[in-house]
Amino acid sequence: MASYEHSVLLDRSRCTGCTTCLHHCPTEAIRIRDGHAVISESRCIDCGECIRMCPHKAKKAVSSKLEDMNRFKYKIALPAPTLYGQFDNMEDVDYVLDGLLKIGFDDVFEVSKAAELVSAYTRQYIKTQGIRLPVISSACPVVVRLIGLMYPSLSENIMRLHPPVTMAAKMAKERALKSNPELKPEDVGVCFITPCPGKVSYVNNNREHLGLDIDEVVSISDVYFMLINAMKPDTEVKSLSDSGMIGIGWASSGGESAAILNDDYLAADGIENVIHVLNQIEDGNIPPVRFIELNACPGGCVGGVLTVQNPFIAKARLQSLRRYLPVSMNYLSPEEEQYIPDGYFFDRLPEYEPAGQLSSSMAESMRMMADIQKIREQLPGIDCGACGAPTCRANAEDAVRKGIGFPYCPILKAREAEK
Amino acid sequence: MAEPLVFHFDVDGSDFTSAGQASVQIKKSLRQLGLPSEIIRRVSIAMYEGEINMVIHANGGVADVIVTEDCVEIILKDQGPGIENVEQAMQEGFSTATSTIHSLGFGAGMGLPNMKRYSDTMEIDTVVGVGTTITMKIFLNQ
Repeated sequence: MASYEHSVLLDRSRCTGCTTCLHHCPTEAIRIRDGHAVISESRCIDCGECIRMCPHKAKKAVSSKLEDMNRFKYKIALPAPTLYGQFDNMEDVDYVLDGLLKIGFDDVFEVSKAAELVSAYTRQYIKTQGIRLPVISSACPVVVRLIGLMYPSLSENIMRLHPPVTMAAKMAKERALKSNPELKPEDVGVCFITPCPGKVSYVNNNREHLGLDIDEVVSISDVYFMLINAMKPDTEVKSLSDSGMIGIGWASSGGESAAILNDDYLAADGIENVIHVLNQIEDGNIPPVRFIELNACPGGCVGGVLTVQNPFIAKARLQSLRRYLPVSMNYLSPEEEQYIPDGYFFDRLPEYEPAGQLSSSMAESMRMMADIQKIREQLPGIDCGACGAPTCRANAEDAVRKGIGFPYCPILKAREAEK
Repeated sequence: MAEPLVFHFDVDGSDFTSAGQASVQIKKSLRQLGLPSEIIRRVSIAMYEGEINMVIHANGGVADVIVTEDCVEIILKDQGPGIENVEQAMQEGFSTATSTIHSLGFGAGMGLPNMKRYSDTMEIDTVVGVGTTITMKIFLNQ
């Protein structure tokens, strides 16, 4: 399998080997071994659920530090709209953008601005003749990886338009080079300020084959305190913001869907809900909608684990920030909206090996499955996690995959001892 | 040839909200066996429709899925009212579901037609007042 660079990692020194993450991992990618959690690289989708749940803060996301931008002469910040919802008493997005300039960036380009263009083209895309319906949004990288690993039959449904951050980076770099002719392309560094580790992984694993213009990805929580000190809400700041209600709406679940401007959609958030919906799409058991927005985090991107504020509070703040903004500021004429520029398309999804397949030979898989069923029936079935696997079924599966015969089960051991 | 694998499910007729669970389970298992995704999709849709039917009309039943290297066989057995007129029941849009079921978005009269569409062979063995057994086969090498 092609190596995949993960952004969710374990801090071994903090991990006590408790079973919290084990039970919350949606892809059963975690085991407890030798008293510590171990994350399976081939199954992890970087959703950050374990970071959210870990009571010992032993799971962390790897992202860049702001200092990593120092190697560039000209630094551009790409704030995700979620960033705007993190602050109290802030009436205007311009204060955040101005703050980013004050902490050392030379320019800012709002991801929400690119989102408004992606929304305009999405409206066009979902009307394309012959595309597989329902169209599933490509914006949440965790969902895209989840589909690749566990729902390969739905790969065709994924919208082949780049997510807003990708387009924002491209436009930001072009704009910088145009307005500063003395700069060479390598002088310009683009830094995405992300709400989630999923985006970190997206950038690191696609930088080359998609030619992404994103150089570093810094978390919202990392810039938060610097930014809050630099922001001056009582002073006059330059008008910098250039996005409307639609762009900022992308931060919350349902925002991307609302931008298709009809009710022919379904929007779901939270990884368990996403999995449920994907199962139902596969079963053909969903209403006949054209567009499906899926966000791995509860509430959408505002629920990302690298944010500071509670997702619902952030959402409410964004609502008040959006209130008096124009619907969209994409400046496309109706004619321009009809035609999606080539640069917005990507043609292939990364290839993933289906997670969980027992063996490449079906006969062998069937024998293994029979053994798993046999072992599973003898295990207590209480899914306590004390053996280190999330469920008795997973324990049986691990044993058969490793060929170790009957697996260790502390409950059965204890019962034997009682006898 | 490996021994046939049997997956057994009890479909609970009293809990409408859990209908569709067996279909999710079987999908997981077939994925682990490495079956082509198109086959998995067909099995899970056929299975799902069958499960829903058993819950709506027959107060539940049992589902067995038998996997061999060249075929997935789904046997759905219930002790419900039976189907009076199979030919009529096979018509798209024909439904005897109650209005409560309709209000939940089911009962569109597509259950049996979809089961037939997504399987390679389907046999209905039904006796009014005794119950129904439906056997569907989906071949892997077609």
